[in-house]
Amino acid sequence: MPWDRNQMAARAAEELEDGMYVNLGIGIPTLVANYTGDKDITLQSENGMLGMGPFPYEGEEDPDLINAGKQTITELPRTSYFDSATSFGMIRGGKIAAAILGAMEVAENGDLANWMIPGKLVKGMGGAMDLVAGVGRVIVVMDHTNKHGDSKLLKECTLPLTGKGVVDRIITNLGVLDVVPGGLRIVETADGVTEEELRAATEATIV
Amino acid sequence: MNKVYGSAKEALDGVLFDGMLIAAGGFGLCGIPELLLQAIKEAGTKDLTFASNNAGVDDFGIGILLQTRQVKKMLSSYVGENAEFMRQYLSGELELEFNPQGTLAERMRAGGCGIPGFYTKTGVGTVIAEGKEIKVFDGEEYILERGIFADLSIVKAWKADDTGNLVFRKTARNFNPPAAMCGKICVAEVEEIVPRGSLDPDCIHLPGIYVHRIVQGTHEKRIEQRTTRKREDV
Repeated sequence: MPWDRNQMAARAAEELEDGMYVNLGIGIPTLVANYTGDKDITLQSENGMLGMGPFPYEGEEDPDLINAGKQTITELPRTSYFDSATSFGMIRGGKIAAAILGAMEVAENGDLANWMIPGKLVKGMGGAMDLVAGVGRVIVVMDHTNKHGDSKLLKECTLPLTGKGVVDRIITNLGVLDVVPGGLRIVETADGVTEEELRAATEATIV
Repeated sequence: MNKVYGSAKEALDGVLFDGMLIAAGGFGLCGIPELLLQAIKEAGTKDLTFASNNAGVDDFGIGILLQTRQVKKMLSSYVGENAEFMRQYLSGELELEFNPQGTLAERMRAGGCGIPGFYTKTGVGTVIAEGKEIKVFDGEEYILERGIFADLSIVKAWKADDTGNLVFRKTARNFNPPAAMCGKICVAEVEEIVPRGSLDPDCIHLPGIYVHRIVQGTHEKRIEQRTTRKREDV
């Protein structure tokens, strides 16, 4: 059986080490926070916060306290606040150990596309380009194929790039792959998924 | 010198002109200068260019100036929440220059620090790099981005003293300090003006040197995505 959303998030959480400062994207990456266990992880919200807490209880929402997805959140005893220039200074400066984010396409050379589909409504890249260019390690969590069954792990991206050669590791519903010289290397397959099945669902070169 | 004004309208008196570049603080609807935006709408100033991370929603934030066609161009990183914005953009009425969020923040900060340009690896190999100088440092490519020097900065803070020292609250700080820094004139709206000496000098987020005019007012502080969790049964 391929992994479901929660299993992918749980697998992504294994990438995080005690003491890391991490930025989680919207969607499945947000679920990663549920699986960090006893590890001491500090979450960054790029609108200006380290130490992001869970959603507030009803009636305790604070309009001055939101995450980068504009959702109401809470603070923790460790929380610090800062301005956007400082926030992206720590991102661009490589202080954030890892970003876990979704993608539309990843190429075998680590190119990432996740912000724009030509001809469709373009909302903007937000902080995605800064994050993938700046953080220590970029981990993509996404389905292996799109709605049409086509591989999202490609020889070359067809969509406009968010970053060039920026992806380190890809976690999909079928398994885990690393970007290495010459292509992608299979790290592991999801329980019950064979290496042949993973290869068959992948357009990118597997080395 | 008196920096305290009685209303947003008075605080903007004499600083608005058609075709000007305004840097605005805020992230989404959090920490936006909502009173000053309303006053700009009432002043009717036209052909405005805004450096602002977002464009508000249809009836709040910069969105209210889109309804009145006062905005010519936006420098933003994300504009997804605004139907009127999209309509004007797709019909060619509104110009849009996407800036990666950190690049936009740093362009403001740099402008405020007298830095006309800086190199960043954000956007290398993407459409953002098109037409920009590329320079190699230590074997890695960087692109040249320009500092923003705005005609006017409008920001929202939590508290100010009468000298313009500002304190922000939680994530409502966001773009407000860099936006404040990059304008020739900065007008700040605050929830409370407190007596000189009552703010801890060690805890000032933005020194009053950057702030020329202050106005106190009541803020709606609208929530864009109200998200909660259930209380576990005791």
